[in-house]
Amino acid sequence: MSATDLDLTRPAASRAAVMWRRFRRNRAAVLGLVIFAAVALAALLAGVITPGDPLRLAGQPLTPPLTVAASPFGTDQLGRDILAGILHGARISLLIGVVATVISIAIGILIGAVAGYFGGWIDDVLMRITEAFQTIPSFVLLLTLVAIFGSSLTSIVIGIGVVSWTAPARMVRAEFMTLRQREFVDAARNLGVGNASIIFREILPNALPPVIVFASVVMATSILMESALAFLGLGDANFASWGNMIGQGRAVLREAAFCTVIPGVAILLTVLSFSLMGEGLNDALNPRQKK
Amino acid sequence: MPSILVYLLRRILQAVPVILLIMVGSFLLIQLAPGDAVDALVGDMGGADAAFVERMRQEYGLDQSVLVQLWRYLVKLAQFDFGWSYVYEQPVATVLMSRLWVTMLLMVGALSAAFVIGVALGTLAARRAYSLTDNVISTLGLIFYAMPSFLLALLMILVFSVKLGWLPVSGIKDIGAFHTGWRLWVDIARHLVMPVAALSLIYMAFYMRLMRTSVLEVMDLDFVRTAKAKGAGGRRLMFHHVMRNALMPVITLLGLQISTVLGGSVVIETIFALPGVGQLAYTSVIKRDLNTLMGIIFLASIIVLVVNIVTDMIYAWLDPRIELQ
Amino acid sequence: MSATPILQIEDLRISLPAGADRPYALEHLNLTVNAGEIVCLVGESGSGKSLAANAVMRLLPEPRVHVSAGRILLDGEDVCSRSEAEMRKLRGDRMAMIFQEPMTALNPQKTVGWQIDEVLRLHTDLDRKGRKARVLEILADVHIPDPASACNAYPHQISGGQRQRVMIAMALVMNPRLIIADEPTTALDVTTQKQILRLIKEMQAKHGTGILFITHDFGVVAEIADRIVVLRLGELVESGPADQILNRPQHPYTRALIAAVPALTPPPHKPLSDAPVVLRASNLRKSFAARGGLLSGRRNAVVAVKDLSFALRRGETLGVVGESGSGKTTVSRIVTRLLESDSGEVMIHDRDLIRASRADLRSLRKDIQMVFQDPMASLNPRKRVVDLIAQGPIVHGVPKAEAHARARELLELVELSPAAADRYPHEFSGGQRQRIGIARAIAMQPRVIVADEPVSALDVSVQAQVLRLLADLRDRLDLSLLFVTHDLRVAAQLCDRIIVMQKGEIVEAGPTAEVFAAPEHSYTQALLSSIPGRDWQPPQLSVA
Repeated sequence: MSATDLDLTRPAASRAAVMWRRFRRNRAAVLGLVIFAAVALAALLAGVITPGDPLRLAGQPLTPPLTVAASPFGTDQLGRDILAGILHGARISLLIGVVATVISIAIGILIGAVAGYFGGWIDDVLMRITEAFQTIPSFVLLLTLVAIFGSSLTSIVIGIGVVSWTAPARMVRAEFMTLRQREFVDAARNLGVGNASIIFREILPNALPPVIVFASVVMATSILMESALAFLGLGDANFASWGNMIGQGRAVLREAAFCTVIPGVAILLTVLSFSLMGEGLNDALNPRQKK
Repeated sequence: MPSILVYLLRRILQAVPVILLIMVGSFLLIQLAPGDAVDALVGDMGGADAAFVERMRQEYGLDQSVLVQLWRYLVKLAQFDFGWSYVYEQPVATVLMSRLWVTMLLMVGALSAAFVIGVALGTLAARRAYSLTDNVISTLGLIFYAMPSFLLALLMILVFSVKLGWLPVSGIKDIGAFHTGWRLWVDIARHLVMPVAALSLIYMAFYMRLMRTSVLEVMDLDFVRTAKAKGAGGRRLMFHHVMRNALMPVITLLGLQISTVLGGSVVIETIFALPGVGQLAYTSVIKRDLNTLMGIIFLASIIVLVVNIVTDMIYAWLDPRIELQ
Repeated sequence: MSATPILQIEDLRISLPAGADRPYALEHLNLTVNAGEIVCLVGESGSGKSLAANAVMRLLPEPRVHVSAGRILLDGEDVCSRSEAEMRKLRGDRMAMIFQEPMTALNPQKTVGWQIDEVLRLHTDLDRKGRKARVLEILADVHIPDPASACNAYPHQISGGQRQRVMIAMALVMNPRLIIADEPTTALDVTTQKQILRLIKEMQAKHGTGILFITHDFGVVAEIADRIVVLRLGELVESGPADQILNRPQHPYTRALIAAVPALTPPPHKPLSDAPVVLRASNLRKSFAARGGLLSGRRNAVVAVKDLSFALRRGETLGVVGESGSGKTTVSRIVTRLLESDSGEVMIHDRDLIRASRADLRSLRKDIQMVFQDPMASLNPRKRVVDLIAQGPIVHGVPKAEAHARARELLELVELSPAAADRYPHEFSGGQRQRIGIARAIAMQPRVIVADEPVSALDVSVQAQVLRLLADLRDRLDLSLLFVTHDLRVAAQLCDRIIVMQKGEIVEAGPTAEVFAAPEHSYTQALLSSIPGRDWQPPQLSVA
């Protein structure tokens, strides 16, 4: 024992290395990362593996999988190649997932941070607005937005972002309400640091970990929402989409279930990869404090 | 208990600004939509001369200022007058009311199944944390969570209706059978099995995962250690000390998810051709029946707010720390 | 019967899971508790004292942490070989436990009566009426006023002291042979602590129970111990009768621990009456609006501070002492304007901090800096130490390079290695973090430092070092200290003058030596007589 408690511990490993080690310890999360990498790769290489328009006629309609080399996953009732649909559909799913998540998290952080930090009437007003958005069933609101603004890819992405910011906003608000009472915030105010700087430089970095974990959930639900829209035939018809493929496969469900099952598995795996990675991120960013 | 009533009244008052915001918001949405009610009507009629259009505009008050229109809109909504559905040729309120019971049955069935099974499995998984049972339950949870409800619905139709022929594919009752009494209810129940299952699985997965973490957290708390130090263990410990406390976040989530469940019923009702509000939402979008859509939004919001108030009351009843003043 | 001790721990070893910072939480622990005896198990954080308690109850988080060697005998019977079902019969019946935090140790969803009743349901055949009578009886025994209504109260509806009485009632209701008390008074105010300690002694004398009392506080030890066992990092350091350990400790660690206990002799009174006043607070007032809804109407506001005035001279340390709810923390926040006061003024060099404009406030903040209570919570975990210390000067316009260079010098001033500069707060011990907090305050070159319970989260030995550093810096830099604390020993050691607060008001003020020697107000008298171990004068020890 040192008499004066001044010895430093050994320097800790860098933050990124520690986080990667914690993430890696969760085998399910690593599996999620692998699946995600595969989906991302499919999206990147779609044009190389299956060049040309995925919506064009590629062969005999309703060719079963593993019978024709040119269409290993088979074709649907219009003779479109399912593999091409899956690969190009990955682009749409990821694009929608990422952009809609960025939109919703950005709105959520802004509203949640301001409401949680300032409190009082500002919080009251912002929370009533949040509640209003949360009260309207988000999928119904999304349908309405699509009915009004049309079903272009852009309006769908913005629509999904606009209907899913409430949960992140509540979460950020709760984090801010806890963190603003922590003494380091008082310490910063005591040094004369301004409000904007306290919100974005002092509190936000500490509030982010749970939000980042939650982003994986938002991304998963965004993809599910888009596929549900497409399934109902309300997606952007100009792009191949997994939901759309399932919706059309429904007509031939009895004789050619593969038209439904293959894109279904694609959605399932993608969403699963986000959930698994989310758990790993949670381990990495919010390690449980053990005694 | 008068304090409960005061609390209830206060919660209802808190809901008023939310309702107002939703009303104003939906009005603004309609304003944003290209064309107005008269355009829709004229479109349906296949065109009309300019003078007629002008007269209709006056009749609907569309020539007034936006604020006047907003005021009229709010007054009408407050009287549950959602306007006329040009698709169903009926007042929107009538259309909604005739379909509400189907959606309510579906929702209540799905949520109660999800809650009961989710809480039970979650508790089981937590009690046997990191065992084989836990791994199986948790993995199933992850898969259900990632499974789109429409895919699940189609797969169930394929297996239970097409292959096995056990359950009806669509509708809420057998058409032409004209069942009455309990036979009618059995028939309706048979029609609801698959829709309820398809809608509830994802929520079951939610509650299961949340209950598992919550139970594990509560088991680490001081008062559970106190209970153990008193000699409590087994079922008594789980039931009185752990589960009741662990349920709180699940109930909160339940309240928050009512609106998502309503949204999910759109897809499920469409697939199973259930004549409910969700299916109505889908056809209204396809036919661009904005009046009906706004009616649905308003009605759904009221349902969500009512359920939220009920869950808050349950929460306050379970947790004595909530001051009912 | 008198021959067999109630509890015998022989050569106990508790293993930690692989990857922990040491293989054993506890090793070679030997200890005996006889009937009617209070044995204190003393140690700082990390000594393994709480694990020992849990091991006796067999409440360790097995199998990760488990007893790997040795025996624990309760009335001569080995506890370690019992099955879980047999243990459940023993717990609550023949041995019971009292925990540190009475708020979290009670189930928030059940009434007090239900929770005591549960013990009887588990261990007796009494019918409902019989159990009810016993619950009321035991509540009366622990001096709960109005047991009948306390029965129906939920834990959050009664005070901290009463909650701890309920815990004690719960432990005593079966008249157990052994009670394990794990820091049972640490979370309580001194006056409440005194009552609870008295209650524990009273109950123990009445029933001849053996008590294993776990604590870090030598004052409490001096108050109640018959025998003492000192632990350090899982190893038994020294054990023996109370008088021997307290007054003639042999082992260097025990000696260091006891030497670190602040004596109750205030410093000689510094003649400061001619030094200029650097901070003058007058007529400060703050009330908090109680939460009220639309319908319930506003409840009466809670007055936290009413009409408070004091002056702080250059080079002086003014202590603000009081129990929780006295408003002492509110004072520290108003004076630094982290909290807006309702009225009054705080003059620093003829400028009023309370009514200063935004721009003035910014420049005034340089003069008055704060050191916070929780050294973990007061440092932003995402910032490097050098950035933390340099932040203030940079905000006030000092160029970054210069501020960083100065921050590194300050590290030396607070006796930390320069290598600390590039690390993050979580890499430091509590005492080191508090040094960083002090460096951050000093970086602004303030005239006044407000310290809000700066050492209450630290172990005794570290406490002494941080206090020494504060006093040293105060003298070298000619600073004035406003020192808020609940710990009268700490106040006695450091403060030139003290003000004693109760319910938002100053009940007594004066030079520390005078207040301690002859308290005038009855509350001050009660406070001083509640200091645990006040009759024990820690021996003057030379620490090697």
